Amino acid sequence: MKVLVPVKRVVDYNVKVRVKADGTGVETANVKMSMNPFDEIACEEAVRLKEAGIVTEIVAVSIGPAQAQETLRTALAIGADRAILVETAAEVQPLAVAKILQAIAQAESPQLVILGKQAIDDDSNQTGQMLAALLGWPQATFASKVKIAEGNAEVTREVDGGLETLSIRLPAIVTTDLRLNEPRYVTLPNIMKAKKKQLDVTRPEALGVDVAPRLKTLKVEEPAKRKGGVMVKDVADLVAKLKNEAKVI
Amino acid sequence: MPEYVAPLRDMQFVIKELGGLDIVGRLPGCEEVTPDLVDAVLEEAGRFATGVLSPLNQPGDRAGARLEDGVVITPAGFKDAYRQFREAGWPALNGDPQFGGQGLPHLLSGMVSEIWNGANMSFCLCPMLTTGAVNAILRHGSDGQKNIYLEKLISGEWTGTMNLTEPQAGSDLSAVRARAIPEGDHYRIHGTKIFITYGEHDFVENIVHLVLARTPDAPDGVKGISLFVVPKFLVNPDGSLGARNDVRCVSIEHKLGIHASPTCVMAYGDNEGAIGYLVGEENRGLEYMFTMMNFARLEVGIEGIAVAERAYQRARDYAQERVQGREAGVRGGERVTIIHHPDMRRMLMTMKAQVEAMRALGAAACIALDVAHRHAEREERARQQALFDLLTPVVKGWCTELSIQIASMGVQVHGGMGFVEETGAAQHLRDARITSIYEGTTGIQANDLIGRKVAAEKGMTAKAVIAQITAFDRELAGASDPALIVIRRALSEGVAALNEATDWLLQTYPYNIKAASAGAVPYLELWGTVAGGWQMARAALLAKQRIEAGSTDLHFYQGKLATARFYAEHVLPRAYACKQAIVHGSASVLALDAAQF
Repeated sequence: MKVLVPVKRVVDYNVKVRVKADGTGVETANVKMSMNPFDEIACEEAVRLKEAGIVTEIVAVSIGPAQAQETLRTALAIGADRAILVETAAEVQPLAVAKILQAIAQAESPQLVILGKQAIDDDSNQTGQMLAALLGWPQATFASKVKIAEGNAEVTREVDGGLETLSIRLPAIVTTDLRLNEPRYVTLPNIMKAKKKQLDVTRPEALGVDVAPRLKTLKVEEPAKRKGGVMVKDVADLVAKLKNEAKVI
Repeated sequence: MPEYVAPLRDMQFVIKELGGLDIVGRLPGCEEVTPDLVDAVLEEAGRFATGVLSPLNQPGDRAGARLEDGVVITPAGFKDAYRQFREAGWPALNGDPQFGGQGLPHLLSGMVSEIWNGANMSFCLCPMLTTGAVNAILRHGSDGQKNIYLEKLISGEWTGTMNLTEPQAGSDLSAVRARAIPEGDHYRIHGTKIFITYGEHDFVENIVHLVLARTPDAPDGVKGISLFVVPKFLVNPDGSLGARNDVRCVSIEHKLGIHASPTCVMAYGDNEGAIGYLVGEENRGLEYMFTMMNFARLEVGIEGIAVAERAYQRARDYAQERVQGREAGVRGGERVTIIHHPDMRRMLMTMKAQVEAMRALGAAACIALDVAHRHAEREERARQQALFDLLTPVVKGWCTELSIQIASMGVQVHGGMGFVEETGAAQHLRDARITSIYEGTTGIQANDLIGRKVAAEKGMTAKAVIAQITAFDRELAGASDPALIVIRRALSEGVAALNEATDWLLQTYPYNIKAASAGAVPYLELWGTVAGGWQMARAALLAKQRIEAGSTDLHFYQGKLATARFYAEHVLPRAYACKQAIVHGSASVLALDAAQF
């Protein structure tokens, strides 16, 4: 069976993000970028399914500028078989991402789309859910365990109350949580091989998707600086402060 | 924040922008070495280094390697890290593709090597020496030896060692006494070797020792030394492992630094004699060993750069965090992090500027080596080999001496906390300390430089480099940028000092070798200082051009320009002092009788 793994190019998790001086977004020029860590987990899971003999082909997809090819090369080095870049310089919001992925899923007919539960840049946590709705496929989000058997996926999900296990019919959408697996280090021979794997480039228009944003960002600013703490004299003082200053009790 | 992050931006700048890839990418066999491959390799190496090797650095230093019943046990985590390192295919980075290597050029593998050493120098010594063994067998071994050993060494399934030193034969290898007695198709080796890095360990099942020894009727001195390959376990014709050879680790050293790397005393032939196989011809061992040695010297220079970078990162992070005192000249201001204090800035700039200069110079040596190995034309190969030969002692000697100074400065930035082992700053100083000693001390490098590399060819290559630096002055001539004006002046003064010292050396060496030798180390330092300044000037000019062309990466390019200026103002003037000591100071070096000390 075929698996589709959407991957997003984001600011590297080690970078201290800075807000642009004009408040229109965060600084991404000349900042180290890498694959969204949740998507890396998705790639790893797909490769493990392939190694287990369940999956036969892994197709990685990314939507973004030409540099997103680097992110796709990383996916190919982890073990994807080929890659598709949907190239656009525009801001692509989750609904547009889902529509593009819908078009690709319809063309590729994968049995499984596995992707990060969210991207660490905007933390939207929407794409997987929207994609499932658009395709009319079942979804299992926040996966910490995935088992594929007889046309079903048994997915253990991390929910507020603990763990929940769902069985869903394939084709389906799975979004990954942190504990699903620990991604491997890419090997040198696979870096070399990744250069030679197929990477197709298309555009949103070619897929018939209008990516014009539906939401408008008004302003981006840094969170308020944390103020220094104070030592309280005793419990009575604490209670008084909670009542009168913090007004939480 | 992780403890060590590979300095990818500067590495990419040196490889891709400073001109290295333009040269190396065109060489035969380097067609695949494209900018995106360079990025991918550096990034993944950086991830592995930060994630796997760096976290073991300090625990490895504390635990150290142990010897129990003839078995060396490396610190917790090292064996598993080596397994991951091998499975990821990293040992094969620059190996010959004919034997399973990836055949990537030194320009790239040198940078990757810096990443490994920056993360964990003790760990890296094992693969480094293995590569040295591979080079020796590849160049001088028989086809049979190549088939038995190369694939497994290149993949890292087995590791290699270099066995030169004996208690009475350190820098002077003519005193080697280990014996090799012919017996059929092999020899029996007897003798003791000391300071054998990773001579015994638990990473892999077989260790391939390359050993210098004398055959029974060999001439005295260095012309009577042969090279043998002595595997820990003999290898059957089908490649499987046979009997345990008569070679054992009898003790490991307690050292100032690199605690996790086992430095072994190896006993050959305590019983029936260790079986060894001759590499190449008898009595040519030292010549062959220099194949390993020159590569190893470059690598040790890179170790120096790596530890200096790590010491810099740690000092910088500490200075950004530690709050102490108020900003000079600000009345009643708030307490500030120590990076606000001018002397901290001076120390951090001294570290940063010299690390960047060393990195660019190390890359220049790697480029020369790549061209020397791969260029289609023989003349160009020879020219670049001569350049590499000249730069090898400079990179080895200068980068390692500076790395000790830089690591020491890293301790200084931490103040009292640097003297405490807990912060980790002291480990870098202790680890760096060996780099100016092994694979030939700085004194040995300097003698090699003035004798074999400069005087022997009447300064041909040295003068060619000096001419190149002088010619570069013309490129700086039109600059109106104040930093470039300062850099130009400092570089021209530096190269004038280098030229004068070289002329003096060429005149003095043939008739007064003692006077010439008295100034050998200052001459090596002079070379490093000026050649490093040349690289920084090239970087500065390029940075200025990028800024003028509207680059948005001002953070990097402005930083580069300012750092190069600092180098010109604070480091390059040392060239004059070196020259004065060389040209005028030899007599006082030798003035006293030995008894007067």
